[in-house]
Amino acid sequence: MRVWVDQEKCQGHGRCYALAPELFESDDYGNSHELNDGVVPPGQEEQARLAAANCPELAVIIEEDA
Amino acid sequence: MTDVTDKSTVSDWATDFDHADPAWAADPYAIWEDLRDRCPVAHSDRYGGVWLPTRHEDVSAVAYDTEHFTSRSVVVSNNRPMIPAPQGIAPPISSDPPFHHGARRLLLPAFSPKAVAALEPRTRAYCEELIDAMGDRTVVDAAVEYAQHIPVRVIAHMLGFPEEDGDIFRGFVKDVLEGVDLPPEERFENFQRLDAYLQAQIQDHLANPRDDLTTFLLNAEMEGEPLDPAHVRGSIVLLLIAGIDTTWSAIGASLWHLAKTPTDRERLVAEPELMPFAMEELLRAYAPVTMARLVKEDVEWRGCPMKQDDWVLLPFPSANRDSDAFEQADEVVIDRKENRHAAFGLGIHRCVGSNLARMELRVALETWLARIPVFELADPDAVTWSHGQVRGPRTLPLRVG
Repeated sequence: MRVWVDQEKCQGHGRCYALAPELFESDDYGNSHELNDGVVPPGQEEQARLAAANCPELAVIIEEDA
Repeated sequence: MTDVTDKSTVSDWATDFDHADPAWAADPYAIWEDLRDRCPVAHSDRYGGVWLPTRHEDVSAVAYDTEHFTSRSVVVSNNRPMIPAPQGIAPPISSDPPFHHGARRLLLPAFSPKAVAALEPRTRAYCEELIDAMGDRTVVDAAVEYAQHIPVRVIAHMLGFPEEDGDIFRGFVKDVLEGVDLPPEERFENFQRLDAYLQAQIQDHLANPRDDLTTFLLNAEMEGEPLDPAHVRGSIVLLLIAGIDTTWSAIGASLWHLAKTPTDRERLVAEPELMPFAMEELLRAYAPVTMARLVKEDVEWRGCPMKQDDWVLLPFPSANRDSDAFEQADEVVIDRKENRHAAFGLGIHRCVGSNLARMELRVALETWLARIPVFELADPDAVTWSHGQVRGPRTLPLRVG
């Protein structure tokens, strides 16, 4: 699984890095960026889904493994 | 709740609504639900013409549409502001693109998660102090003695204003946000009083620069130029006004819910790890803030003939209760896991202070529940709610212990 933040949509609500701090981090302006090139380590899939399910701007994108 | 229908002057909320009406203040949820079903964009000739989208889809469409709607003023009142776009009266909330982006980026670092985390110990100490001051009384007012003080003291600290001026700040908040149906002259006098206070604070900071947001704004530059004095003043007004009664309302409404819902209160006391979800659910269900825009030019929008300078209210709390956007939208589901609520707005004007507000709300609830795990409404009829675009309890008597 991979995750990424659509920078065109992110407005810095901060829900993703609050819910999944191992997958996302805030910059100085509060905008979010995926960590580790967006690779979701095993066991973090639920956090990735939570982050996506709580983004008011629909800016967190998940790519499930084929 | 006292009977407000006698005092209401509104007969049809679809064609003649008034967001400063006592019936709206007492319970806007039934009004919005009715409008979402049958309208869904209401109109009123009051305030020189106001539109009211109520569905999540429409509220968010307006929030994202900076082409047809300007943020030049975000508080619906009897007078349209003279200060033109793109800067507006209180940047960046009153600013349009492209000016908005730079004005917002100036403020964001002071409200980043890291900057806000540094304020947490101070906030927690304030909360403890406020509960200490309640002594061992069995009935306390959680709005007057607790909620209203927390954001005031934090923002006063951040701006470098005297923390003992809380009553003055709350007076300004009431003037700006609740005094919307006053005659224009009276409203103007209120703004003059606010301006005089700010001038004195700015003079003091010019004479004695220090490490706070006021000095930061006085020295800040945009594109290599210092900010003009109206921009500095406007941003300070924004931080002072927007940072106070919004969070005070969220803390108060959350305590009100927990006071009347023992199952949720007991669960949150027993399972403190639920707080991150519970807090967001309380923000969804009782979102305090309704924003506003002005129509830029005559436009037909979703079948509505909108005229230039018509107001458009953005009731994010109504969007948050839309059953097309949320399951069990009208219920508080204290452990709701999926929650894309819009309590802090949507799009480029997402609340600059949302990280700070969330920290204050979490710390206020954690501290209260740790110290006062058992409480209930002392008198449900004695609870009063603010009027206008920010909704929260202003008196909240609770029986504690």
